[in-house]
Amino acid sequence: MDQWTDKLEVYLDGELPAAEMQALQEHVRACPSCAADILSRVQMKRAVQGAANRYRPSAEFRQQVRAQIAPRSSFVPTRIWALAAALLIVLSLALFSVRQREVARQQVFSEIADLHVSTLASANPVDVLSTDRHTVKPWFQGKLPFTFDLPELQNSEFTLVGGRVAYLEQSPGAELIYQIRKHQISVFIFQQRVFASASDEGAQRRATFNMESWSHNDLRYFVIGDASAQNIHNLAELMRQAAQS
Amino acid sequence: MPLFDQLYNFASWLAQDRTEAEDLVQETYAKALRGFSSFQPGTNFRAWMYRILRNTFLTSRTGLKATAIVGLDLDEVAELPAGAESPEALLIDQSQRETLQAALEEIPVFYREILLLCEVEEMSYKEIAETLSIPIGTVMSRLSRARGALRASLRKKMMRT
Repeated sequence: MDQWTDKLEVYLDGELPAAEMQALQEHVRACPSCAADILSRVQMKRAVQGAANRYRPSAEFRQQVRAQIAPRSSFVPTRIWALAAALLIVLSLALFSVRQREVARQQVFSEIADLHVSTLASANPVDVLSTDRHTVKPWFQGKLPFTFDLPELQNSEFTLVGGRVAYLEQSPGAELIYQIRKHQISVFIFQQRVFASASDEGAQRRATFNMESWSHNDLRYFVIGDASAQNIHNLAELMRQAAQS
Repeated sequence: MPLFDQLYNFASWLAQDRTEAEDLVQETYAKALRGFSSFQPGTNFRAWMYRILRNTFLTSRTGLKATAIVGLDLDEVAELPAGAESPEALLIDQSQRETLQAALEEIPVFYREILLLCEVEEMSYKEIAETLSIPIGTVMSRLSRARGALRASLRKKMMRT
């Protein structure tokens, strides 16, 4: 395994050339010690990332530096100006709140679609690689502030590929990757509070993706992929049943 | 302000002192403003900012002291410290955050900074090479040794507790 050890690090840093990636991935599938190595290195990377993000600048200091680099301005706003500005803000807020909601809704969907596409395009799409839900679910423990249930897939046409942690609006959530024939489908689970409103639930078709979304027990689910709307709906049904059982 | 929070975190890890970290960040922005004309458009702005901060640190009193005790064999192939070679036994999770922070504080500053750039800033090897002004090959070997040193330091701490 020695010839692989150095490459594992480079691989996890996302720097391994594509040509070597295939060979490494094949090797790891057959080599339990490399797989264990990868797991502990991933954990270490994450732990360092969390632990080393340690120091926050104080508000005063931020202000101080901002003042230092701001261009000197001789313009002093009078009360009238401040009032006018405030009025303008209130007005525009009122005018645009309706449109904002529509925009926010579009944004959530395009972000979900982006997350899905970046997973498809990623060289290592899943952080936990397993077809076993009993492996994938515990992997998220300690990484997410919530838990969820995954469906039994034995009698369905779907297979579980694996999972990873995804981020939306700075909040962590679960991304599960399922496969049906040649299509990959992502299931995203985030906390409901990440979203401003729940009005955007239901089935959607966006660009070439079909998507279905719903809420259950304060969690928000998205199923997205280029499979047919019926496939997406079937997987969504399985997820719903799992959450209710 | 671009990169403010990240630069502050990085400065704090380098200087290990709040006042010094603030001075470092402040000086970095001042130098960046003054030298903005020397910034080449199209090159990496983030690497440029980190390079300014780091150079400021290295020439500061704390920086000189911190780097003086680091041997020159930083990137040379030598025996790894005991426990650095096999990561399997060292499973770590969020609850060991403080132990990990203490271990990070303990390793040489050149190891600490490269780990921060790689794991926290998620810089590419190329960006790290630019920031530290070293070749990519050295980035890879130093990173690998930095991780080994961190594991060794961590293992020592976990055995003690």
